[in-house]
Amino acid sequence: MSPQTAEAKSNSTSKHVNVPGKPEGWVPAGDLQEIVTLEEMQKLPKETIFMTGSEAARESIRRANVDMAIAYPITPQSETMQQAGYLFDEGYIKDYYRAEEEIGTMSAISGASRAGVRSLTATSGPGLMRGTEAIASWPGARTPIVMLNMCRVINTPLAIQPDNTEISFLLNTGMLVMHAENQQDFFDWPLIAFIVSEEVDVTLPCTVSVDGFFVTHARGNVAMCDKKYKIPPRDGWRNAVPSMDNENPPARISRDAPIQKSNFISYHMHASWQQEVFSAVERSAKYFDKYLGGLIEVVNPDAEEMIIASGAAVSQAREAVRQEEEKGNKVGLIKVKTIRPWPREQIIAAAKHAKVILVPEFNQTGWLHKDVCTTLYGKSTASIYPGPRVFGGMTMPTELILDWLKDIREKNTSRNHF
Amino acid sequence: MSLDTVKPAPGYLEHLPVEYQDLVKHGQYGKKKKVSDMGKFKELIEEHPMCAGCAMTLFIRLVFLALPKPEHTIFVGTAGCGRLAISQGNVPFIYGNYGDTNAVASGLKRGLELRFPEQDKDVIVMCGDGGLVDIGFQGLMHSWFRHEKFSTFMLDNEIYGNTGGQESGMTTKGLVAKMSPRGKVDDKMDMLGLAKVAKLDYVARIVPTNPARVVRTARRAILVAREFGSTYVQAYTSCNIEYSIPTPDVMQDAFDKEKKDYGFEEHISDRAKAYLDDIEKKEKAAAKAAKAAKK
Repeated sequence: MSPQTAEAKSNSTSKHVNVPGKPEGWVPAGDLQEIVTLEEMQKLPKETIFMTGSEAARESIRRANVDMAIAYPITPQSETMQQAGYLFDEGYIKDYYRAEEEIGTMSAISGASRAGVRSLTATSGPGLMRGTEAIASWPGARTPIVMLNMCRVINTPLAIQPDNTEISFLLNTGMLVMHAENQQDFFDWPLIAFIVSEEVDVTLPCTVSVDGFFVTHARGNVAMCDKKYKIPPRDGWRNAVPSMDNENPPARISRDAPIQKSNFISYHMHASWQQEVFSAVERSAKYFDKYLGGLIEVVNPDAEEMIIASGAAVSQAREAVRQEEEKGNKVGLIKVKTIRPWPREQIIAAAKHAKVILVPEFNQTGWLHKDVCTTLYGKSTASIYPGPRVFGGMTMPTELILDWLKDIREKNTSRNHF
Repeated sequence: MSLDTVKPAPGYLEHLPVEYQDLVKHGQYGKKKKVSDMGKFKELIEEHPMCAGCAMTLFIRLVFLALPKPEHTIFVGTAGCGRLAISQGNVPFIYGNYGDTNAVASGLKRGLELRFPEQDKDVIVMCGDGGLVDIGFQGLMHSWFRHEKFSTFMLDNEIYGNTGGQESGMTTKGLVAKMSPRGKVDDKMDMLGLAKVAKLDYVARIVPTNPARVVRTARRAILVAREFGSTYVQAYTSCNIEYSIPTPDVMQDAFDKEKKDYGFEEHISDRAKAYLDDIEKKEKAAAKAAKAAKK
């Protein structure tokens, strides 16, 4: 057995004796779980439970073999990370604390990840913006952190309502970005995020974003395996760069600061480091493809009218597709699961029959629309419509999507989306 | 890291750079070095781009000398002069974002404790006054109140040296600096007082006028942090460039400063004192026995 496997094994069965507040001989619940690979877990018999997105995330974390979770409250994320606290108390997470605020949270979790342990945090809109200086430095530091992001309004006037503008700020950091549609995704995807982000040729942080309240505080059916299973632990010896554990021969390995000087060597180092980070994002695609069953999901692939969406907008689009079908119209849907890596080729292929494309979004700026336009420019003759969009906490009634389709068919140019 | 890891495979050593050969043959790994040994062994940090006569560099070299286990130590720093030297050391260094040191160190230390439960890994935050008390104040305070098990060393040059001499929270009242054109309005921040309020087990203020005392202080701070929780060492390390101190006068400035308002202070909790007494007594006895055996 290699030392790496030996460590992974000892990690999974560590005995916590005399834990404060626990009876002598208390055994953490996580130590009683059985390790299965993610592929095996995906094939296990499942029970379907009607639960909120926050509860789905909790159940995902329970099975994720998390070493370190750092929490800081912000609506609508708080419920998940306080439940992570209960998981710590039960012994499913090895260490947990409430940090001072998000710069502290995002910095500390990067410290934990640098130590080589599986690290989890979560936040929402304004908290994400506060922590973004730290978050933007995670990919370059090659820290495979998983951050759940329950989207929330970031701009003034202050609001706690859902709106996913904040995702746009993550798109060019070099981190992996997933945008979950519903409670089921919010159970399945954090597990996938850990496994993919910790692959040696990836070694990058991953956010699983979800639209706040619509998913986190609403209930949906979630199919999951028994809680006696968990995925394998992180192996701190398997990284694209060494963990900051001082377990390597002495060298000037201040990898966080190769750029101490202003000269051509330092420029070159920084440029190549960035290139490598963004190449690693692309390399993650094969793993996401395997575990997600494709980076995109396509409904009615040969339709001439297509909707391209991510997150909760997908659910609304699904219902629009169903209602159009009842009327005898075939409308297609492309669900984009990973925003980074961006499934460029898959979208071009899936949209090749399209003459009309709608991009409904829960934000004002239309970040998904911009990426779709960039991707299909010169590759498609379809008219790509920038909406419908709702924001500031508004819901997206299916009728809104249906109205847009109707206006487009009738060439109703009086409407402002033309 | 096992000390065997430091040693290359047989026949390979001679092909490595001379610096590495020296580190293996004449380094401080596995040996306790004293100040009087300096110049006779390969220090963990030698080359650096610091200004001539920089007192900060002297202090940093002495702390590296004091490391109880350099092969199991990780430094955490932030922007500022200090990192230019620390990053040249043969000990891993995390150069984080502005003012994030004590948060990063909190996560790092806890992560290392999970991964290496049987092995002490020393995490040391070392950075400037601005990095700790201005931009990093919140993280510093919370790490202290959480009693995170790492030591914090402040390289207090009482100014933002690296960015060209702006006022910091540790600048003395009345000093005219960049960004305090009429002289600093408020007092120097009382970080020793705050450290005591946070009930740290080991707090010290020092000027590197007595190298042996620096080594002893640093070592105590690291050992107590390993056992009980946060410790704090605040060191005056003048910026001879910003204060226009001629290179030959840097140490005289240190002596003057020590006499004026930076006298040595050491505050040790009862439990830390008992712990250190035990270690230091054993070390003394071992040294005595070794000396006797030599005779």
